[in-house]
Amino acid sequence: MNRLDFEIIKNVIKDNSRILDVGCENGDLLKFLNKGKQIDGRGLEISQKNVNICVKHGLSVVQGDADKDLIAYPSKSFDFVILSQTLQATHSPEKVLNQLVRISKRAIISFPNFGSWLVRLKLLTHGVMPQSNSLPHTWYTTPNIHLCTIKDFKKLCEKNSIKIEQSFYLNKNGKQINNYFKKTFSNFFSTSGLFVLKK
Amino acid sequence: MKNSKKFALLGTNKPLKLDSGKNLKNFKIAYQTYGKLNKKKNNAILICHALSGDQYAAGKNPLTKRPGWWSKAIGPNLPIDTNKFFVICSNVLGGCLGSTGPKEINPNTKKKYNMSFPVITIKDMVNAQKMLIDELGIEKLLSVIGGSAGGFQALQWAANYPEKVVSAIPIATSFRHSAQNIAFHEVGRQAIMSDPDWCNGDYINNKKKPEKGLSVARMLAHITYLSEEAFQRKFGRNLQNKLSLAYGFKTDFQVESYLKHQGQAFVDRFDANSYLYITRAMDYFDLPSQKKGGLENIYKNTPVKFCVISFTSDWVYPTKYSKEIVDSLNNVGANVSFVEIKTDKGHDAFLLDEKEFNETVKGFLKATATKVGF
Repeated sequence: MNRLDFEIIKNVIKDNSRILDVGCENGDLLKFLNKGKQIDGRGLEISQKNVNICVKHGLSVVQGDADKDLIAYPSKSFDFVILSQTLQATHSPEKVLNQLVRISKRAIISFPNFGSWLVRLKLLTHGVMPQSNSLPHTWYTTPNIHLCTIKDFKKLCEKNSIKIEQSFYLNKNGKQINNYFKKTFSNFFSTSGLFVLKK
Repeated sequence: MKNSKKFALLGTNKPLKLDSGKNLKNFKIAYQTYGKLNKKKNNAILICHALSGDQYAAGKNPLTKRPGWWSKAIGPNLPIDTNKFFVICSNVLGGCLGSTGPKEINPNTKKKYNMSFPVITIKDMVNAQKMLIDELGIEKLLSVIGGSAGGFQALQWAANYPEKVVSAIPIATSFRHSAQNIAFHEVGRQAIMSDPDWCNGDYINNKKKPEKGLSVARMLAHITYLSEEAFQRKFGRNLQNKLSLAYGFKTDFQVESYLKHQGQAFVDRFDANSYLYITRAMDYFDLPSQKKGGLENIYKNTPVKFCVISFTSDWVYPTKYSKEIVDSLNNVGANVSFVEIKTDKGHDAFLLDEKEFNETVKGFLKATATKVGF
């Protein structure tokens, strides 16, 4: 099963790149990228069980924690580092973000947008923590401890002098939003965002 | 898969310079091969054996008449697939199954080396293996694989000959011997050397064998190779061929009988002096000390692809040591995979048929072979 943002990531990444997928889970994205792309892909994954699955499939993956272990990597050691739908689950998103742009030439980050009209509507009308396709957990089981909106994220990048090179917005069906009006008001219309960052 | 007596005579032109400063000329390395070397000569895998292992990794061991020590992992369609790979396994320098070691004849004196054999190190063993690989006409190994002391060798290979190996799989191993590792080995060595039949190492000429000492050394070591859970699961407090305690000091418990059997079986196939030399080589192993800046400097810019594997219940070389290797490799941006396998089988788990372990080795080798292009 391909996640919504895989195709976009594949298009962003250039051939012969060295890539680190942070929070690579069972290696779906790395396997997806390996098909049809010449890449040197690595993974960092918190669950040892997932790591073992990845290595069985021939992927180069180590067990580690984005919050603690990115510090160890040398600066600019990857062409691309990917953090797909994980930033909101880290303990220190700002530190992680800075580490990602430090160790890579370009960082690709995607996350669910808490500013989407669906989320806003649910909170407004129901008064409970919103659940949706991109936010499937209840408030008491969610790993998402640092949810943010696209606007919040852009502000954080600005604060840290991180340049947003490319932006992609996805709607609730996982389709890329191309409508100019909706793109302008992406923080309202998109359920998740994907950004290519550089520092 | 047949085993035959194969050996290479090495150091005939240029001696092997040992870490101790001594030179070794005209020495033998006994080895076995399984599978076929392809035309491009890029499918060769070197298997490094552990302390008590030998070159008979697969097939039937001609000495014990039992399957080779890694016959569960090496063979047609097995994780180290001999339909695809050309597998080489050599008896380490200092070993006792045909490679030059204490029980062989010193070509200079025409007498057995015994304790005059120079003290060797893991690096010396690897340098001897490198000479063998050159002799076999292999430019580059697809992988160097080894568990325990074999893992030391795999790490040493990657450190010394990074251009000669595509990948390395160090299993259930460490980057140096800890105080506890040395302590256990020292008890083993003392057991051998306190046996009057050891004769200061000259037991063969005296037509004796330090059986009791070597057997105690093996019994002790064997305890460390298993885990507390594995012992409990296998034996519990079960009695050996009796219904009640005998109130004496003969074998009451199954675990005692098992250890005695392990000790005896070892004495039948292993040379006591070799045991002293190889344990010493292991104790001297301290990879980070070989270069200023330690592991990170040793593996800086390494092209070698690593797959480090550890086992949860291994208390000889616990996971934390593998993790340190992995962290150092990560710190220098090396290509490394790390798998910790959940098992109660202890250090020896790598010799047993662990499904997850097999799949890891198989997957990693497959990916490495694809990278090389076959």
